[in-house]
Order: sequence, then C-alpha cells, then structure tokens
Amino acid sequence: MAGKSLVLWSLVLTGCNAHQSALAPFGLEARSTLWLTIVLAAGGLVIALGVAAIYVVAARAPEGKLTHESGMRLVLWLGAVVPTVVLTALLIWALPAMRPLPAADSDLRIRVEGEQFWWRVTYRQDGAEPLLSANEIRLPVDRTVVFELTATDVVHSFWIPGLAGKMDMIPGRTNRLVVKAEKPGTYRGVCAEFCGLSHALMAFDVIAMEPAAFDAWLAEARVRPVGQPRERGAALFAREGCGSCHSVNGEQTARIGPDLTRYGERLTLGAGILAPTAADTAAFIRDPQRFKPGARMPAYDHLPQEEALALAHWLKRNGKPKTPEARP
Amino acid sequence: MTDERRKWHERLQVTLWTLIVPPTVWAVHFLFSYLWAAVSCAKAGVFAEFPTLFVIGTVLALMAIALSGWIAHRQTRQRGDPPPHEQGTDIDRLRFLAKSTLLLAGLSFVGVLFTALPVVFIGDCR
Repeated sequence: MAGKSLVLWSLVLTGCNAHQSALAPFGLEARSTLWLTIVLAAGGLVIALGVAAIYVVAARAPEGKLTHESGMRLVLWLGAVVPTVVLTALLIWALPAMRPLPAADSDLRIRVEGEQFWWRVTYRQDGAEPLLSANEIRLPVDRTVVFELTATDVVHSFWIPGLAGKMDMIPGRTNRLVVKAEKPGTYRGVCAEFCGLSHALMAFDVIAMEPAAFDAWLAEARVRPVGQPRERGAALFAREGCGSCHSVNGEQTARIGPDLTRYGERLTLGAGILAPTAADTAAFIRDPQRFKPGARMPAYDHLPQEEALALAHWLKRNGKPKTPEARP
Repeated sequence: MTDERRKWHERLQVTLWTLIVPPTVWAVHFLFSYLWAAVSCAKAGVFAEFPTLFVIGTVLALMAIALSGWIAHRQTRQRGDPPPHEQGTDIDRLRFLAKSTLLLAGLSFVGVLFTALPVVFIGDCR
C-alpha cells in the first residue's frame, strides 16, 4: 500500500518540477502545446465518460426501447458526424501551432553544436563578433531567438521542455528552431536522442533574462579580458596542455573541448551534472570518466590534488560576474 | 425500353469498380499533395506556395467523390423489396454496393479535407 502511494505521489510530483518540464512552460511554443495537451486530455476524459454512460444506459434499457432506425441514426451521429467535426476542429486549431515562428535577420542567433557529451554554444547578432560559450544558454525574454542546431559526431537532439519542442541535431545539417521565452528564470535542457554512454549526462542550463540584463551580459561577455595575471592556475593550464582542447579568453583556438572563458559564472559543471565547486572541478579534471563515462577528456590523475585545486580555483575566477545583480 | 425513361444516374449502375472510385480519388489526391510538397521542398528548397492548382485539384477531388456518393445514394433508394436487403438478388446486391459506395464516399471526402488542411496551415518544409 505504501509502495503504491509512493509511486502515485512520485507521478503527481513530477508535475511540480518547474525547472525542466513541459508542464511548466516559460516559452510561447511550450505554452500553446500545454494548452493543447490539457484540452485533449480533458476532451478524451469527457468522451470516455460519455461512452461509459451510454453503455450503462444501453445495458439497462429494456429490449426494443430503441428502434432500428434511431439506433442507426445514433451510430451516424455519435460514430461519424461528431468525431469528424471534433477532429476537424482540433486539426484547424493545432496545425497553425506547428508553423515555425517568424524570425527576422536581425534576431539573435544562437548556434548550438551537439558533441559527445556537451554543447558548443555560439551567440551571433548583427554581424558582431561571435561569442563562444558552452553548456549554458542565455536568452532574452520577449524576443525572438533563432537556434541553429547541428552536431559534429553523432545525432543529438536539443530539447528545452519548458521552452519548445525538441529538434534533432544532425551532423552536416543545420536545423532551425525559432523560440520566444516569456518568463525569466533558470531552466534546464537535455539531449533527447540517445548519443552514447553519457547521453543521460548531457544537459545544459538555460537562463532566460530580461532583455536589458541580457544585453548587458552579452556586451560584458564580448569584452575579452586583457592582462590576465599569470597565476599558478594559468601556468598549470599551460603546462598540462589543457589549451590544446579548451580555449580560455580566446587565447587558444582549440575547439575540441568546451570553451572555459566564462567558467566562473556557469551554474553547473560537466554539462549539467555537477555543482561547479572547486572541489568537484578538481575531481572532474583528475577523473572525467568517473563522472562522464565515454567522454573524450583524458584523466589528469597524475596531478596532485593540490595542483588540481589550484587549476580549479583559477578556472572558477574566469568570467566571474562582477555585478551580482546582473544575474537572474 | 424502360432504360430510356430512367434518369442518367439510374442508368449508371454501381458495381465493384465504381465502389473504389472515392477511395481512389482520395489516394491520388493524397499522393499528389505529399509528392508535390516533398519535391518542392527538396528541389526548390521552399514549401510550395498555396497556388491555384492545389485548390483546383482539391475541389475536383471533392466534387468527384461527392458525385459518386450522390449517385450511390440515389441507387440505394431504388424501388424493390422491403428491407432488410440481404438476399442474393440483383436489386439487393445493387443496394448493398450503393450503400458501401456512399459510406466510402463520406470517408474519402473527409480524408481529402484532412489531407488538404496541413497544406493550407503549415507552409514550412520542417
């Protein structure tokens, strides 16, 4: 009994997850899809109850209560005319929702490339220099944003349940997903197509911001920090050859691993799987396979814990937001 | 010759061949709609505009289906034995085929409409 109620409650409580749920929409498309779902579910319930009621009445009615002709008329209306009208109405209502939102050339474009098992994110707008980031997507509310989705290795799928439907990321092809966020907040997106060992560990944070805050963030992020003090962490980064895969502050052009320029402001580590503490960062550096089986990053277990921590602290200082109120 | 006094639609006897007219029209319309959209997306790169040709094709398909349904409907009304029409006689067979054609015509009519609606409402190659 306790087990049953536990299962029931866990089913009910999944609806309370406002972080990553199509039932808690923060975007235009997800909102209209939720409405469609509610109407379909309620309509289905009404039809099922209606059929059950007719069945009960029919089973209890005396023989000959309904003539052959009126029985046939009942079948014609309830079996053909009403379903046709209902389905036509649903089709006319639902089909326009499948239309992509219109987008202008000046709208913000966010290119997202799926990799095993992380996300390369590039912000482009109005011919300005693209801004490279990873595993975190920031977008302004009440503005149209165009996602350009592709992949470099295998097929991935880009899904932010609270924002819009999912869209496949296919190597060699760019799919467009036009969205409009409506409610500021911190949300989560996932890979929705099995892509390898750590498919379930491939997520990302989504931060919907007020337009002014977003513009301020983008402008600040575009300014490449100059004259970084050559700290111990930076020296370790260079000594261990981290720069062959990761770029920091645009000093390296490596694109094999996630860009770590603004690592300090990320909400999670390892594409949405760990808290970005220095301790976890150091642990990840020393043994990535423990947290992300199948990841291409080799283990740096030869690094003493103290050096790994120094590297982690240095990474966490990169892109640390100077004005805390600019964050949502 | 009683045939000459009959109306034209009564002379046009429903057979197994005319029975498949409505679903065939539906199938052709369906195939045409999908092929046209697919070829347009693949070759021209854009969804086919909503041109007159598609409207004409859909209206023609609906008219052909409605016409065969109407003819079938008239033939279910031919005089003969009282119901149920379940004997192996010519007139019962005719009325059975006519009724089946009528029902298929209804289904095909709705089918053609449902095929045409996405073309009108979606307009995108995704």
